[in-house]
Amino acid sequence: MSDLVLETRNLVKHFPLTRGIVFKKQYGAVRAVDGVNLELRRGETLGIVGESGCGKSTLARMLVGLEKPTSGDLFVQGKNMSKVGAEERRRGRRNIQLVMQDPYTSLNPRMTVGDIIGEPFEVHPDVVPKGQRRAKVQELLELVGLNPDHINRYPHQFSGGQRQRIGIARALALNPEIILCDEPVSALDVSIQAQVINLLEKLQNELGLSYIFIAHDLSVVRHIADRVAVMYLGKVVEIGTEDEIYESPTHPYTQALLSAVPVPDPKLRGLRDQIVLTGDVPSPANPPSGCRFRTRCWKAQDICAEQEPLLQIRDKSGHPSACHFAEVRDVVHATE
Amino acid sequence: MSDLTSAGAAIGGAPVAGDGPTTDAPGGSGKERSASLWADARRQLVRDPVFMIAFLYILVVGSMAAFPKLWTSQDPRNCDTARSRIAPSGEHPFGFDILGCDYYSHAIYGARPSMVIAIMATTAIVVFGGVLGLLAGYYGGWVDTIISRVMDIFFSLPFLLGAIVFLTVIKRQNVWTIAMVLFLLAWPTIARIIRGSVISSKDLDYVHAAKAVGARNGRIMFRHILPNAIAPMLVYATIVLGSFVAAEATLTFLGVGLQPPAQSWGIMISTHQVYFLEDPWLLLFPCGLLVGTVLSFILMGDALRDALDPKFR
Amino acid sequence: MTDVNVKMDALAGVDPNALPLQVKNLQVEFRTRNGIAHAVNGVSFDLRAGETRAILGESGCGKSVTAQAIMGILDSPPGFVTGGEILYRGVDLLKLPESERRKVRANRIAMIFQDALSALNPVFTVGFQLAELFRKHRGMSRQDSKARAIELLDLVKIPAAKQRVNDYPHQFSGGMRQRVMIAMALALDPEVLIADEPTTALDVTVQAQIMALLAELQQERNMGLVLITHDMGVVADVADRISVMYAGRVIEEAGVDEIYASPAHPYTKGLLESIPRLDLKGQELSAIKGLPPALTNIPPGCAFNPRCRYAQEVCRKDPAPTLFQVSPSRTAACHFWKEVKGDE
Repeated sequence: MSDLVLETRNLVKHFPLTRGIVFKKQYGAVRAVDGVNLELRRGETLGIVGESGCGKSTLARMLVGLEKPTSGDLFVQGKNMSKVGAEERRRGRRNIQLVMQDPYTSLNPRMTVGDIIGEPFEVHPDVVPKGQRRAKVQELLELVGLNPDHINRYPHQFSGGQRQRIGIARALALNPEIILCDEPVSALDVSIQAQVINLLEKLQNELGLSYIFIAHDLSVVRHIADRVAVMYLGKVVEIGTEDEIYESPTHPYTQALLSAVPVPDPKLRGLRDQIVLTGDVPSPANPPSGCRFRTRCWKAQDICAEQEPLLQIRDKSGHPSACHFAEVRDVVHATE
Repeated sequence: MSDLTSAGAAIGGAPVAGDGPTTDAPGGSGKERSASLWADARRQLVRDPVFMIAFLYILVVGSMAAFPKLWTSQDPRNCDTARSRIAPSGEHPFGFDILGCDYYSHAIYGARPSMVIAIMATTAIVVFGGVLGLLAGYYGGWVDTIISRVMDIFFSLPFLLGAIVFLTVIKRQNVWTIAMVLFLLAWPTIARIIRGSVISSKDLDYVHAAKAVGARNGRIMFRHILPNAIAPMLVYATIVLGSFVAAEATLTFLGVGLQPPAQSWGIMISTHQVYFLEDPWLLLFPCGLLVGTVLSFILMGDALRDALDPKFR
Repeated sequence: MTDVNVKMDALAGVDPNALPLQVKNLQVEFRTRNGIAHAVNGVSFDLRAGETRAILGESGCGKSVTAQAIMGILDSPPGFVTGGEILYRGVDLLKLPESERRKVRANRIAMIFQDALSALNPVFTVGFQLAELFRKHRGMSRQDSKARAIELLDLVKIPAAKQRVNDYPHQFSGGMRQRVMIAMALALDPEVLIADEPTTALDVTVQAQIMALLAELQQERNMGLVLITHDMGVVADVADRISVMYAGRVIEEAGVDEIYASPAHPYTKGLLESIPRLDLKGQELSAIKGLPPALTNIPPGCAFNPRCRYAQEVCRKDPAPTLFQVSPSRTAACHFWKEVKGDE
């Protein structure tokens, strides 16, 4: 078990919907995350994919402590974060750091790069003694491929890709074991994306980091992830190794999602098994009964409305899927 | 459309160094402290003639208030009714007032109460309103509810009527009480400005980033949120200084502000209002000084707003 | 289509046999405080009826500015078209007075944007905004135009169009809003549709729906489509021909199969190689080093030379390489296109 650096058990986040100002009355809840179980091992990259509103960002915010879970447990290196005291939670939180999506808004424009990367040291003064902080910040700048002499510059003097490197350096400051990357490259141009992905992989190899990599770009996730969890309306609907998810998906939503990704090869045009879903994602304030995907699913039967399919291994594919009718369908490769 | 904005970005801020692991240091000076928002703003303000003229005017008025002896050797209380309303001359550039006192020195000494009241009241609203606005905006919930309702109550008091009633009731009309009344009636506006900008900045990504690092509330408020609120606060405070100078004059003119023998521009205006047709200069000199001061403050506020807005860069 | 779609606004000099859209050597500059930014430096392309032309490039390469110049909706100042021609069926739009140009917009050349929410007016119902087009341009009655609005929403497959016609833009989901915008663009039956990153803000499953809808409508109407995007997957899926832009220039122009099979410009090649691919799992992605130049400060010679692994002395000197004929149907602006393409 020492291998397990992070675990969530039935993690739930409901945002209450209230009426009234003085006497608040709750009339419902947005079920942003509704019972998520995940495990992350040392040195591993877990990809989380899903479309907007699936709860992946709320999940991320809970993991880094920006949001308190409504219920459920989060274990960081075996310690239950909801059971320990505030001080220990703060110290535990050091172990999970965050790289955000937008390099333009995630850095305080009024602080120098040195102050931004050095802020974690001021918050946790015991990590690096005062006199060595500047040198440590420069070391971090070098590690992410930036010029250490630029320590006194302001964020607006850097390009998007460089800013994302600054964000990565800040995340590395406290020597965390886990880095949570929330759409780290989706705001960047294609030619810059590759640079940042390469940097993340290099850092993982050098420092033995574990990544949780949240993205909507399925090809990027495929490139970097060892295991992948697919989320829909607050729940994980399928989880497995990168190969299992991409080569033999069993949940209809995963299949639709994968088939919708345009493949950069014109020879495959019209040959792919493309599933075009109908309708929109239902509101998380009022999710469908039973299986949440059933309103858009072409396989849906009566049982899907009555009984919620559990995330479990169902067929010979060998990985868990939350569908009563899970079966492998290869959608990534061309069908002749 | 996205392309246009990013094209704009590419036009505006040419990044300094190449992306990637290339470390091309221009000069390699580790000590360079490059332009911050404030330094940029200062540079822009120094080059703005409107701001500089207004600023110099305020410096002059400020020194009149602080060191009146620099500007005149006359004693405004040295009066002789025989000299009543003598027109301006070389030795007495503003002439004499109704009581035969030197009008120029009266105007110089009259700057002090206006400025003292305006500065005291403004400082008070910035500190008090700022703290309440910060608390309401940052913590939200019931803290916000209570503070906002109290603000609403004060907002509902009409400014002029409220001031007249207060000052009439307390019957002690001096610099302190007038500053107090202005403060009481004006603090909610600045609290609301701060609250608004705190609410808009507390959900910024870099605030979340600081929280994720484990920063405590105090650090987040003072390091990340307040600096964003300071610019609008400064702009508003500058404009409010001007309007408080005007408010002091208004209250004095209406008879509920400072009373003779105190000296202020408001008193000069109210005492001589009836002589406008015969001796217009008795009214024009104090009014000119007053309008110049108020206008200068407002123009400075406008220039500050432009200089501190990163969007104009 | 019914007879209500007869163009009311006649345009002089239109040659029905000429191409629906031809751009020749278009130049656009932005005059800013920090100097002149050459956003578009000589862009040319043709568009046939029913054809899809992709304009591919990264942010700041001038692809959206090109679209805005074609539509005549460039923010001016600071943007100015300083040269070139934009021909609609042989008529140079740049020479037309604004009143004539307005007849072309929406009627003959229409545009859809990335952000549908800000492109639709929030204070009017979508039905009103659609109907207004028919009233203004076709002189239709209130009732007829409303009926047409419902027909259009049906056409773009918005469920329960009869009810939804009275909804405001914010009441639609992102994908549905994009459909509404497509309906507005197609209302007056244009011959050319310019789509500026139409699916960038959408989720992949919604993107697939929208692209399928666009393809279907395009085929029905034999409409020319200019697709502006940075997504090489989308391009591979729908485009017939591609113009790749970099720093305000078209650096490669070819049919979609040719370009993906053997790119002839190092930038195109770099872009294609930087896409994560299955067979490269676990390996480093091949990234293009450095970053695009500021448009106020484009390097002399080939704008791509500081980032290019093929660059030689000749690339660093003006003039920039012109488009070389790589094959009868394709061009590339690289001195070393043969090496890049792997012919030698």
